[in-house]
Amino acid sequence: MSKTGRYTKMAGMAGLAVLAMSAPAFAQEAEEAFTLSAPETAYIFNTLLFLIGGFLVMWMAAGFAMLEAGLVRSKNVAMQCTKNISLFAIATIMYYLIGYNLMYAGVDGGYFGSISLWGVDDSGGVAADGTGYASASDWFFQVVFVATAASIVSGTLAERIKLWPFLLFTVILTGFIYPIQGAWQWGGGWLSEMGFSDFAGSTIVHSTGGWAALMGALILGPRIGKYVKGGGVSPMPGSSMPLATLGTFILWLGWFGFNGASQLALGTIADANAVSTIFINTNMAAAGGVVAAMLLTQLLYKKVDITMALNGALAGLVSITAEPLAPTLGWALIIGALGGVIVVLTVPLLDKLHIDDVVGAIPVHLFCGIWGTMAVPLTNGDTSFAVQATGVISIGIFVAVTSLVLWLALRFTIGIRCSEEEEMMGLDKAEIGVEAYPEFTAS
Amino acid sequence: MKLVMAIIKPFKLDEVREALTAIGVQGLTVTEVKGYGRQKGQTEIYRGAEYAVNFLPKLKIEVVVSTDQADSVVSAISGAAKTGQIGDGKIFVISVEQVLRIRTGETDAEAL
Repeated sequence: MSKTGRYTKMAGMAGLAVLAMSAPAFAQEAEEAFTLSAPETAYIFNTLLFLIGGFLVMWMAAGFAMLEAGLVRSKNVAMQCTKNISLFAIATIMYYLIGYNLMYAGVDGGYFGSISLWGVDDSGGVAADGTGYASASDWFFQVVFVATAASIVSGTLAERIKLWPFLLFTVILTGFIYPIQGAWQWGGGWLSEMGFSDFAGSTIVHSTGGWAALMGALILGPRIGKYVKGGGVSPMPGSSMPLATLGTFILWLGWFGFNGASQLALGTIADANAVSTIFINTNMAAAGGVVAAMLLTQLLYKKVDITMALNGALAGLVSITAEPLAPTLGWALIIGALGGVIVVLTVPLLDKLHIDDVVGAIPVHLFCGIWGTMAVPLTNGDTSFAVQATGVISIGIFVAVTSLVLWLALRFTIGIRCSEEEEMMGLDKAEIGVEAYPEFTAS
Repeated sequence: MKLVMAIIKPFKLDEVREALTAIGVQGLTVTEVKGYGRQKGQTEIYRGAEYAVNFLPKLKIEVVVSTDQADSVVSAISGAAKTGQIGDGKIFVISVEQVLRIRTGETDAEAL
């Protein structure tokens, strides 16, 4: 508006007359300029899918932050928020510096790509087959996935890990560990040549985060007082169920981007149908996870456990992530519900083994990630259990071993755990000096 | 003068306040407290693990009245706070030696 106004004022009546005379020719030019070929239209829709999916998945970082803020005690909430915002930033930077090209540049059936900075490259133009997209939209969509894997680790290790060692682990996880195993499948590496199938990352994103979290929990040890002598468990209830619920809903919303946009194209009717099917299957699996977790906790413990219902939603979502397209709605419900069952049964199992997972990330992301990946052949005839198992095991071993070595290295150099006194005081005061709820009296 | 101190169930506060207002009590102090009695708290389950809730949330109300009013205050509180279930609470009556209203300097009965 303002630009037009200024032009008119400067040019005056003469200018307007010229404008009026040239109007027909101008309109014709415009008409030609705005005629898009089918591949160009597809390019725009593909790009739009990446961008919408990308910002939905970016928002999952907020979901993890709120879920974790709600499931830790109030004295550690600000620390948990700090970890979540910083890990997202680190993942972004590392994926630019190293990660993307290590995962995608010239993998060619091998084990990793090249080490180089990523940069925008749209020189290829518009692919004639309608599969084109803006390169930056793809990069953006990929970078938010890395952050998701890193978020998983932060919840498990909450309430006792020091900030900077955790962030150093995040640097290596997002710059090297995640991209290398990702290259094996999504980068066109050896697993993809073998016929492994992991649509949106039950194994590549969720189990990877889960393995890194499990190794961290083993090296870090449980929170003081969590396991009492004689094998008893002393629960430490989370500070805010509303925040944990909000976080879960945000993650559920974000998952439509996570799975839906992993179709990677929206330029044809077939793709539009596929993305839509993925949306409803994703939603149904989450619903199945919630209801299964609620029914099972009611049966086992005589009360519905809200934290298990929230974990159940995420369990269903992780379970359907390896194959959100092929299942019918009924299969999606079953796959998600079994994820919910897995979570309710394995959360106490980890406690029996004295593995302290504050938010249940290991059952949700690791165990359901494995389940979801192994469930792919149930609905997708082009896959096999043997190849799926090969992917689960090989990525599992790679991530577990590299994470274990890294956690041990950090533990025996700079140390990863807060002192007992700091842990009892709460990491908000001890580590960052800012309390989440400074006006609350100590209880 | 007597200090009537009562531990009650939190959801009974409004009824207790109304009962006290009805018999002319002019002021009340309420504190959120936690504690246990003969039942030693309760057990709850969180994420599959049973744990003891050793201290249950209660409210402590405190009101200072003249000695001749103390009995009616006690019966008003006990009447309003009673559910008949475990955990209804207790009432304690304690002698008060001196009262002073800070703003005016009034003392004892005048300050109540």
